[in-house]
Order: sequence, then structure tokens, then C-alpha cells
Amino acid sequence: MDILSLFVIVPILIVLALTFFAKDLKQARLISVVGMGIQFAMSINLIFAYIKERAVNTNIMVFTKDVVWYETFNIHYSIGVDAISVVMIALTAVVLLAGVFISWKIDDLPKEFFISLIALSSGVFGFFISTDLFTMFVFYEIAVIPMYLLIGIWGSGPKENSAMKLTLMLMGASAVLSVGILGIYFNSNADGGPLTFNIFEIAQVNIPVAAQNIFYPLTFIGFAVIGALFPFHTWSPSGHASAPTAVSMLHAGVLMKLGGYGVFRIAMYLLPVGALNWSDFFLVLSAFGVIYGAFAAIMQKDLKYVNAYASVSHLSLVLFALLMFNRTAWTGAIIQSLSHGLLTAMFFALIGMVYGRTHTREIEKLGGIMKILPFIGAIYVITGLAYLGLPGFSGFVAEMTIFVGAFQHPDLFHRILTIVVVSSIVVTSVYILRMVGKIMMGPLSNEEYKDLPKATWFEKTGLILLLIPVIMIGVLPLGLSEMLKESIQPFLERLL
Amino acid sequence: MDFSYTILIPLIPLALFVILGLFSKKIPASISGWLGSLGLGTSIALSLYTAYHYFMDGKLEGVYQTFVYKQTWLIFTDKLHIDLGVLIDPISVMMMVVVTTISFMVHLYSRGYMHGDDGYTRFFAYLALFSFSMLGLVLATNLFQMYIFWELVGASSFLLIGYYYTKPSAVAAAKKAFIVTRFADLGFLIGILLISYYTGTFDFKDLTSLDGMLIAGWGASASFMGLSVFTWGLILIYMGGVGKSAMLPFHIWLPDAMEGPTPVSALIHAATMVVAGVYLVARLFPAYYFVEDGFALQVVAYVGAISSLVAALIAVTQTDIKRVLAFSTMSQIGYMMLALGVSKYEGHEGLGYMASMFHLFTHAMFKALLFLGAGSVIHAVHSNYMQDMGGLRKYMPVTHITFLIAALSIAGFPGFAGFFSKDEILVAAFESNKLIYYSSVLVAGLTAFYMFRLYFNIFWGEDRKYKHTPHESPLSMTIPLVFLAFMSIFAGYIPFSQFVTADLMPFEAHLNLPLAAIASSVGIIGIIIAFIFYKKPSDLPERFANAFGFIYKWIYNKLYFDELYIFVTKKILFGVVAFSASWFDKNVVDSSMIGIGNVTVSVSNKIKGMQSGKLQDYAMSFVGGIVVIAMVVFYIWIN
Amino acid sequence: MIAGISIYEILTLSSILFFIGIYGFFTRDNLITVLMAVELILNASAVNFVLINTYLYPDLLQGAVFSIFIIALAAAETALAIAIIINLYRIIYSVEVKDTEIMKY
Repeated sequence: MDILSLFVIVPILIVLALTFFAKDLKQARLISVVGMGIQFAMSINLIFAYIKERAVNTNIMVFTKDVVWYETFNIHYSIGVDAISVVMIALTAVVLLAGVFISWKIDDLPKEFFISLIALSSGVFGFFISTDLFTMFVFYEIAVIPMYLLIGIWGSGPKENSAMKLTLMLMGASAVLSVGILGIYFNSNADGGPLTFNIFEIAQVNIPVAAQNIFYPLTFIGFAVIGALFPFHTWSPSGHASAPTAVSMLHAGVLMKLGGYGVFRIAMYLLPVGALNWSDFFLVLSAFGVIYGAFAAIMQKDLKYVNAYASVSHLSLVLFALLMFNRTAWTGAIIQSLSHGLLTAMFFALIGMVYGRTHTREIEKLGGIMKILPFIGAIYVITGLAYLGLPGFSGFVAEMTIFVGAFQHPDLFHRILTIVVVSSIVVTSVYILRMVGKIMMGPLSNEEYKDLPKATWFEKTGLILLLIPVIMIGVLPLGLSEMLKESIQPFLERLL
Repeated sequence: MDFSYTILIPLIPLALFVILGLFSKKIPASISGWLGSLGLGTSIALSLYTAYHYFMDGKLEGVYQTFVYKQTWLIFTDKLHIDLGVLIDPISVMMMVVVTTISFMVHLYSRGYMHGDDGYTRFFAYLALFSFSMLGLVLATNLFQMYIFWELVGASSFLLIGYYYTKPSAVAAAKKAFIVTRFADLGFLIGILLISYYTGTFDFKDLTSLDGMLIAGWGASASFMGLSVFTWGLILIYMGGVGKSAMLPFHIWLPDAMEGPTPVSALIHAATMVVAGVYLVARLFPAYYFVEDGFALQVVAYVGAISSLVAALIAVTQTDIKRVLAFSTMSQIGYMMLALGVSKYEGHEGLGYMASMFHLFTHAMFKALLFLGAGSVIHAVHSNYMQDMGGLRKYMPVTHITFLIAALSIAGFPGFAGFFSKDEILVAAFESNKLIYYSSVLVAGLTAFYMFRLYFNIFWGEDRKYKHTPHESPLSMTIPLVFLAFMSIFAGYIPFSQFVTADLMPFEAHLNLPLAAIASSVGIIGIIIAFIFYKKPSDLPERFANAFGFIYKWIYNKLYFDELYIFVTKKILFGVVAFSASWFDKNVVDSSMIGIGNVTVSVSNKIKGMQSGKLQDYAMSFVGGIVVIAMVVFYIWIN
Repeated sequence: MIAGISIYEILTLSSILFFIGIYGFFTRDNLITVLMAVELILNASAVNFVLINTYLYPDLLQGAVFSIFIIALAAAETALAIAIIINLYRIIYSVEVKDTEIMKY
């Protein structure tokens, strides 16, 4: 079995094991944590294997494999990874493992919960390893649809409504996306030869400009909806607010990254001319989204809403950076995806812990929690500072790479937009400090909170798992950034 | 010569921070205080050794050499990359000595001051973090490294101001300090982006070299609103300095920052972090001086002069002793700024630069002393307000004497450290800009007045009703006081112009007797007025205040700057922009998405009415359909 | 072939039978009578099969056979329908068509 397919197969095996062997919460979480631990170890192994392989292999993708899946339409199960997918896979594995730890005490239908969560993860892993549009799309749908169940069954608040909104909006986007993908497919033989779904075969031909102009915005929007592009972001606040903790973590931390990844790998890579023609329009939308999300976050009353709008702001920054079309900004966009994935997962985990103890997420009702829960409080403050881009954490590296990269754009308009976007760091610090200052610091808001239980070992493990990569990227970013730059080269060449 | 060992100076506090931070629960208080002091002791020893070594042997043909040791940290583009490392030149060595000295003193002092506090170890961890960040800032080799540590000192300042995190006012002050400086840092960052875009480098060596892109190429650079983009870049960078150094109009965080523990105020908000802005301008001084004939430097000078005057006026009216000292700090930093602003580059003409650095050095000593003394007083009477103090000289002799020395020093009394450095500043101002000179002389008088107002109010006058009799602080607190008092006198005799100059070449500076006489007599007049007003309780001050009426009130309320900021942020940014953004999101964007859903639902409702459930209806439409189809087929067939 | 009676007359008969069935199907309220109307429709078609077989293809037998099928089918269908109606009656205590609306969508 090759190293990549295991990423899809292991989750399926875990799901089967859960289905047949898990009898109660204890067994279910044991199986899940062991399985996800294996997955995590595999992803670490993949990073090292990738570095080793990269030294001798100069292809765009390594560990490639190609199996015909459905011959009539030339659909293949073809896989391969470059540095971008490798880091994304590692991110997914970390967030999942942490998510399983955070869900340690889930009491409602635990077995089914873990089954859905892990089934979803196989879709995510599959998405990141595919190099065939159709397979990729299939995995994408596998990743998106279980979300409906996870939110609808294990959520809180108006969960049915939120789950439906989220699923419908994402399905709508998928519909648009599928048109875009089919458009690419039917134009993939402009130079003769059979139609193909394979990304790298399509990259060899030049899709007619007229077709690019039509199908680029469809593909872009199809992916960008899950990447929270303004004005298609409204599924995210209500969806995240209603979702259970681990699902919020996974969704904001990983699934929303599928958007940026898809935009980069499919829309921009396959339709470069369309990308350049449409860039100004989407650039303004994403720049607006950065500022807008940040300002909207200031006014939110619910902790999860704050974080959801913060995610809108930070992920619009990813799209913004992608639309700058240069190597530095692109590197920044990917680091930002990683960094945001880790940090937002931490935030959702922390909010879940606070909520689980106090049963409220309203900022007004909380206060002075750090005195009672020092560990959670300290990590909360650290996460907040990392989120607003303090040096030493991954957020700073990502944002600075984006800003410096974006500012290198030769066009004045792009630089002015960059300055506008840079100013979001102030707004970010306002809402983060407002939140941290209110709920963690200050006097204790409610005497009942005096006896809140301290952080348990599994909560600590989950948080520390996420914190370590944040600090690693923040302190020593050079290796990561150089590894990504190398993989960005082919994308850059497509633009010329 | 090899100065690469200087990298240890910031790394020791970092290691301390990591150890104290990770194991803050396990390390007992008695150890953590000693550990912190020991670490900083090593750092100060190393930096003093470096200073000795550098100032003795660092010259080559009469010019101080710059030593750079760096390592690439992050690569952006082919040209732009962030390096981390150390840069050794006169000002960085001088600053290193200042930072380690004050930090070490504060560590020693805090062992007494923070005794018995819950978060004792946490406090020392934060102090170590701050020391690390500040040293990293001082030793920065390029703009971006400076920005990194600039942000880190901001964060450690946030943590330290908010040290008493259960106190709402402390939390508010910490947030305010962070956000205001962050806003200023936005300018810094944009400035860095602008300058690096046009020059293709972050490196201080390239930016300040006389034939570098920045200095030699400004004439050919693009312009915006009549000024070169380089000037804009420098002004924006200076904006970061204005924020951190609490100059007008970003000074509002500094008085509130006094919510932090007093040793923190002494370390961060008096001696080290707040002078980062001065240090930044000094670091880029050639660029400020040469680009567009020093336009940006003019801005520096005027901002400094106005801030120093305004702050001195406000300081006269305040009653919280720490706030008086905060405004005094702001005023003195304004002095340093204006000295830089009026300075020229070469030889003796660069007097302002040297004076600014000199004042930075002496100010760090006596202002830290003032704060530590104030801390000692607060420790004894448990209040920050002058109304609660009086006659303390009998109870706290050491604090009293050291405080007096510091007050004389800052007032520019002849023979004390402040006298020498202030004199150089006044000379530089006199030689270059008379308006600024007159304002600085006025500030000198005001400084003497408010310092002695403070002094007389605390140590003289009647005893107040104290809960328990005030007593002198423990030895751990008085030793740093005595050491700093010593420095507040003798730091003035260091021949600074031999060491720190704008063009790195030593020159001879002389005391300008007429100007010194004017300045010190103004200072002495201020002291005498304070003596008359406050030595014995009288109603003079009150009558005086009433005579000025609304002006007094205006100044007492700090010119209503806070209110203005609250209006802008609360009313405009939160109330209008943020509110409308979230309203728009809920009612327009989200509603339109929900609207699409609702339209679908209502269409579906309309259609499903046809599904009546009545068998006969279905059959009717079935038959009707067949009839219609049959007729159509029939019609076609006929034709 | 029946002397003196042409195919048209019998076709008319079966058409009348058919439309009576349709009419009954549409208008009756009682499920049992609706079922009877369905029987009429089936009978009309059975008559047509026999008729057309006899008049147009006298040497073949399929039509006749088919009408036997239809009778069998009608019996089965009736049995099934009655079973449904009885079950329905047990639930809603009614065999009126208008009361069965709850089964919509």
C-alpha cells in the first residue's frame, strides 16, 4: 500500500472498527484516539518522507500513483503530493487528533459521533492527495456532507437551522463548482486528444481564453464559499456557533482551508488567464472581507461568533494573498492557512472548554475566568496574542509574509489595498483584547464560577498538541517557508 | 574583535523566561527572585564588559566601528529577508548597558516589593520576557527585527500592566496601552513596507549608509503630496516611535499604564521601553537627517517639543504621584526627541544627537530612581495620591534622600547628572531653533516646579492619618535606590561625546556657561516657587488654580485627550463602523441568503398545493392530460 | 361475430361503460364505489379486447386470453384494494375519499 492512500484507508478502517467493535464511549474514544494517533504519526512520517523524496525527485508531485477508475469519462484515482498538500495533511492530522482529545467526554451517541467525524476526515485527506479533478470533487463532497449530521445531531442552539444553512450554502457552491469543473473538463482537449480530469494533463494544454473567463469565476466562487469569501460567508458564524467543539475545530481549522487550497490548485493553476482577468474584482471583495469581518467581530456578543467573524477576516486574507500572484504572498497565504487552522482550532477548543463549564458563551456574562482556570486562561491569552499576530507565533510569520509579498506588487492600486488590509491588524487586536480582557481577566463575574473544574489531562493534551506547531512555525519559519516556495514555483510558471 | 558573545545578553533572559514561565507553579518564590536577579546579573556583567571592550578598542582611525552578527530567519523575496542578530555600535552598546542596569536594579527591587504576591514567579517571568525583548530591540540589525521585538515589548508591557489582572482598571489600561501602541505600530509597519519596497532592504547598515539607496536616492524617488515617499516612510516609522514613546497624540496610554506594579513602571514606562522611539530615530538618524533635507527630522523636533511642553503642564496639575512621574517621563522623552530633531550630523554640530543619547542615559537612572522611590513610598502608605502623604522624611530617610537626589537631578540642579545632559540639549536647541529653545527652557522651569511640588508634598508638610506608621523599605529595595542615586549624580560626568556621536567620531563637548546658567537659574526658580507653595500647607496653590479657572481644569483633565479618543473609538469606530458592519451582515448579507431559501420554500409551497391528496384530483389531471395529449397528437396526425 | 350487431354498437357500449366508470371514479365519495367504478373501467377494456379479437382477428385468441387475465387482475386488485380500505377504516374510521387526504406529501 502506498504512503498516501493509507491516509484515506486508515480512517475508513477506523470507521469500520468503530462500527463493529465499539460498545460505549470508552471504547469508541480509545479506538478513535489510537486511529488518529496513527494518522498523526503517518503525517509526521510523510513530512520527513517528503523532504527525503524531494531531494531526489524534481517532479511537481511526488509519491504519485494512478489507477483508472471509470474509463468512459477518463476518470482516474490519481494521487500525489507537493509541499502544500503535505503541510495541509499534517494540519488536518493535528487538528483531528486534538479534536478527538477535546471530545473525550462527549456523552450523546459517542460512537456515531466519532464515526461521522472520522468519515469526514477521510474526505479531507482524500481531497488533499488527489490530483484528479473528479476524484477531488468526490472527496470534497465526502468532507462536506457529514457536517450536516454532525451539527444537526450534536450541535447546540438552533442547530437544525444552522446545519441546514451551512449545508445548503455549501451545496449551492458545489453546484457552481461542478459546473466550473465540467467546464474545465470539456475544454481540456483544446490541443486535441481525449478529455481528461487530470490536473497536470490539463495544465499542459491551453484552455481557450473565452472559456477561462467563464469558468474561472465559477470555480473560484465554488471554492471560495467554503473559504468564507464575502458575501458568501454567512453560513460560517451560525454554523460554527451551533456545531459541537470538535466539529467547529475541524471545520474552521481544516475544512475552510479546502477553499483556499482549491482556489489555488484548481482555479488559478488551471485557468491562469481567467485568474488574471478577474483578479481585481475578487481582490476588492477579499480585501473588503478582511476589514469587514474584523469590524463585525468587534460587535459580536457570542464567543463563537467573534471567532467565526475573525475567521472570515483571516481567511479573506488568504484569498487576498492568493490574488496577489507572487511567490511571497502565496507562501504567506499557505502559512496563514496553517496558522489560522491551528489557532482557530485552539480558540474553538478553549471556547468549548469555557462553555462546557459555565454553560454560557456570552461575553457579557463571563469574567475573570483565568483566576479559576489558570491553565485555560493562560492558553487563552497566548492564543489571543498569537491570533493578533505577535512575533514568536505562526500568525506573525504568516501575516508579515503576506503583507511584504503583497506590497511588492508593481501596481499602485494593489499596494494601496495592501495598506488597507494591513490596518486590519489593529482592529484584530481590538476584538481579541476585548474578548480576552473581558472573559479571562477582570473580576469574577459570577460567584458560581468559583468551583469550576480545572483543565483535565486530555484537554491539556489537545491544546498543547495545537500549540506546539504554532510556536514551531513562529520561531523557526525558514524551513517551512522555503519548502513551500519550492512547490509554488510551478504555479508561478503557469502565470507567465 | 569579536563581539558575537553579546548574543548571550538577550538569550539569558529568554532562557529565564522559558524556565520561569513553564514551571511557574513548581518554582518556589524564594528561588525565582534569585534566579531572575542572577540571570540579569550575568547579562549586566556581560554588557558592561562589552561596553568597556567596545569603547576602548572599538575605534578604527578614530571612527567607532559597527559589528554585525546575524542569521537569516525568514526569506521574503530575493532581496528582502529578515535576519536576527546583534548589531554592536555606540548607541546599541549604551542602550544595552541602560537596559541591563535598570532591569537588574528592578529585579533586585522587586524581590522586596513583590514579596508575598501570588504571582511572584509569573512576575519575574514577565520581567525576563521584557528584558529579552527590549535587548533584542536594542541589538536589532534591521528594521524588521526591530519591529518584531517592538511588538514583543508591547506584548510584555501588556502583560505587565495587566499583571493585577483581576482589577478592571489594570485590564483596561493594559488593553489601552496595547491597542494605542498597536495603532502607532501600524504606521511603523507601513513605513517599513514603503521603505523596503523602494530600497529593497531592511538592513540598518544599508539604510543609514551615506551612499545607500535611501539617503543617496531620495531625490529620484516617487513623491506623494509634494513629499518624497522616503520622507513619508520615515514619518510613518516615526509614528511607531511616537506611539511607543508616548508622544503627542499617542501619549494617552502612558498615564493609565501606571496601573502596573511600580517596578514595572520604573523599568518599562520610564527607563527603557518608552525611549524605544528615541532609539529608533537615533538608529535611523542619517536617514532622517539627509532625506529631503531633514523634513522628517523637523517633524520629530516639533512633536518632541510640543509633547514635552504639554506633558510638563499636565504634570503640574496631577495628584497621583505615579501619574506626575508618567507625564514627567513623557516630557523628558519629548526633550530627547527635540534634541534629535535639532541635531545635525557632523562633528560638533551633531551635539543634539549626542545630547539626546546622553539625556536618555541619565534620565533612565534618575527616572527609574524616582519611580522606585515612589514605589517605596506607595509600599509604605498604600496609596498613590499626594493627599494621603506628607511628612514622610522622618519615617523613610533613605527613600527621602535618594528621591531628593533624583529630583535635583531631573530639575537640572548644577552638579547633578540631569544638569549636564539637559544643558547639552539646550545648547543644541539654541544653536538651531530659537522657538524650540524657549519652549525647552520653560519646560525646564516647569520640571523643577512639579518635581519639587511632588517632593515637598510627599516628604514635608503635615503627617497624615496613616493606618500604621510608615517605615523604611527593606534592604532589597533600598540598595537599588542607593545605587541609582549614585548614578544620578555621577552619570553626568561621563564624557559622552567621546563615545556616542551621530557620525561615530568622538568630539569635545564643553559646558556652555551662559546657557547653563540660564537653565539652572530657571530650574532653581521653579524649586523656590514649589518651596513657597508646598513646603508648608497653604492655600496659595488653590488660589492660583482658581485664578486660572478653566485653563487649569482643561490641563487637569489632560486637555481632554482621553475623551476625544473615547469619542472616536466608542462612538465612531464601535458605534458607527463596527455596528453598521455587523448590522449589514445580519440584515443584508445574511438576509439575502436566507431570502433565497425563503423564495425556494414559498415556490415549493405553491407547487405542493397541487398535491391535494385527493385521489380523484390526481385521476382528473391524469385523464385531462391524456385528453390533451391525445388531441395534440390527433391534431398533428391530421395535418 | 354476432349477427345484426356491428362492431360500432358494441364499441359504443364499451365506451359508455368506460365513461360511466370514469365518471364514477371522479365523483363518488365512497372508496368502495370508487372501486366499483374502477371495475367498470376494467370491464370496458375487457369487452374491448374480446370484441376486437372477434371482429378483426377471428383466427387468433390473444384478445380473449387477455380479457381473462384482466378478470383475474381485477379480482386481485379488488382484494388488495379492499384490504387497504379496511385497514384505512381501522385507522380513520371512514371510507370517504376526502378523509384520506392525510396521506398527501
